[in-house]
Amino acid sequence: MRERSAGFRRRYGASPLHLGAHLVALAVAAFAFYEIFSGGSVPLLIVLYLGIVIGHDLIFVPLYAGLDRVMRRVLAPRSSSRRVGVPMINHVRAPLLISALLLIIYSPLISGLADSNYFALSGHHLEHYLRNWFLITLALLLGSALIYAVRVVAWRRRTA
Amino acid sequence: MSATKSPGQDVSAPGRESRETADRSSRRSDHPSPSAPEFWRSPLRGPWLTSFLGTLLIPAVTLMLLTGFISHWAYYPEGTVAGRDLPVLFHIPASWPTWSYAVNQGTHVTLGLMTLPFVLAKLWSVMPKLFQRPVVSSFANALERISLLALVASVLVEFATGILNVDDYFGGPLDFNTVHYYGAWVFGTLFVLHACVKLPTVRRAYRTRGVLKPLLQGLPQTAPEPPVAGGLAPTNPAAPTISRRGLLAMVGGASLTMFAVEAGQSIGGPFRRLALLAPRGRVFGTGPNDFPVTHTAATAQITPAMTGPGWRLTAVGEQTVSLTREELLAMEQATHTITITCTEGWSTTQRWTGVRLADLARLVNAPKGAMLGALSIESDHGASFVESQFMDDRALLALRVNGADLSPDHGYPARVIVPNVPGTHNTKLVGELRFEAA
Repeated sequence: MRERSAGFRRRYGASPLHLGAHLVALAVAAFAFYEIFSGGSVPLLIVLYLGIVIGHDLIFVPLYAGLDRVMRRVLAPRSSSRRVGVPMINHVRAPLLISALLLIIYSPLISGLADSNYFALSGHHLEHYLRNWFLITLALLLGSALIYAVRVVAWRRRTA
Repeated sequence: MSATKSPGQDVSAPGRESRETADRSSRRSDHPSPSAPEFWRSPLRGPWLTSFLGTLLIPAVTLMLLTGFISHWAYYPEGTVAGRDLPVLFHIPASWPTWSYAVNQGTHVTLGLMTLPFVLAKLWSVMPKLFQRPVVSSFANALERISLLALVASVLVEFATGILNVDDYFGGPLDFNTVHYYGAWVFGTLFVLHACVKLPTVRRAYRTRGVLKPLLQGLPQTAPEPPVAGGLAPTNPAAPTISRRGLLAMVGGASLTMFAVEAGQSIGGPFRRLALLAPRGRVFGTGPNDFPVTHTAATAQITPAMTGPGWRLTAVGEQTVSLTREELLAMEQATHTITITCTEGWSTTQRWTGVRLADLARLVNAPKGAMLGALSIESDHGASFVESQFMDDRALLALRVNGADLSPDHGYPARVIVPNVPGTHNTKLVGELRFEAA
């Protein structure tokens, strides 16, 4: 019995339970995909599902990793870290990251692209979303700068 | 700036190119490809970080699936979406506080937005796995990778469709309900599978590193996890620029910001104005009819003639009666404060006055166990309700709101208001109520 299961493991690469669980889960997923694809345009859905993975893994992640690399070159805690024991980089990173996420999530409203839909639904036009995003970004940057200032003062007190 | 580095490469400051890489085959280490372990340099990546992010996602995803299914059953009370479906397992009883569906839907939408930063961080933490060599190492690994591809695709599609829908920007040839609902089957199933498969890895990470201990380490104490062949920890780590708790604070901060700019449209009242980016976070006045609306009378192409003195409500049961608005106003009126909630997550609580649907059901001798179909004078608009929903004491054919006649945008001459159903089922501009045996 044990040898048989060891043989299975050698050939398959994991336990029979692993195989069973994957077959059941993939069958459920296949059924759900069937329902999705029979209810809509197949080429469009293929583009949606593959495009979103390619877009995230091969465009979005390299893009933000590249921007972060640039930021690290500019703000890396090199000599400045010897003068002040609190690195500044994350106080720039965090507000910009949050602001960028807001911009992505609310892009149809901020850009005004959703205006005709929005007007048909709500009876109002999209206004102030760009301004609000800008103000939130400003508030995040100021809040982060304030926290940085507090941390620097605390660090000076500790080292003085 | 070296132009030869591929995008996505995690490197620290240029002066820090580690000396030991020069000893190895120099071509490979100078220009590693993403499939080479030394390409991935973030010192934070490792089994602990991924385990911790994954652990945080378990309650969030569970709650999103739960609220999503409850909303689905509220939307299709009589059965199912077009395709084959599970039976309806739960209805929010109409007798529950009228804000119950608002809590469900506000949680689904706001929690979804709050979870997105954690999903993106989780995906970032496992990026090296995407480029693993060999592409598959065994039959078991092939199955795992196929299920992971579908898991990642479905989580991204769920979030993208959900976000576009709450931004009032989902349309075109795809049906949101089908894609988002069956997409949740794919995502939910594969999420459970993934959590089970990775359970031993998570337990090992927590046993060796501690569950919360890495959160005690500030930047000076932040060290990479020991690399294992084919693992997540970097073989060639850069110097850290942020601690693990700093990363989690950043992701959590993003999450809290989502709450701040979104939740007010679900909570309502004075909080609505705080929802600075939410689609229904705006306040346009204090009049009785100045609360938010979905689908205006102009969009529905309703003309004054359609809602003028010629308008009649036809109620059909075992008898059929036809009533003018004056006749409806002459019937016994009930007033209730009822929260209505859009499937897109926003809510508004108003004081509605009108005729109880139960009274109308009695008037026309509705058959026992009937379903109610409400039809709008706008073509193709309507909703159906089960008996426990329309027989609730607070279920109304509303004629007035906050002491004033309904405005055209809010459904003049009469609209259905039933507690704890998706707002879109509160049919406006009602022309006909059909009480029919199910």
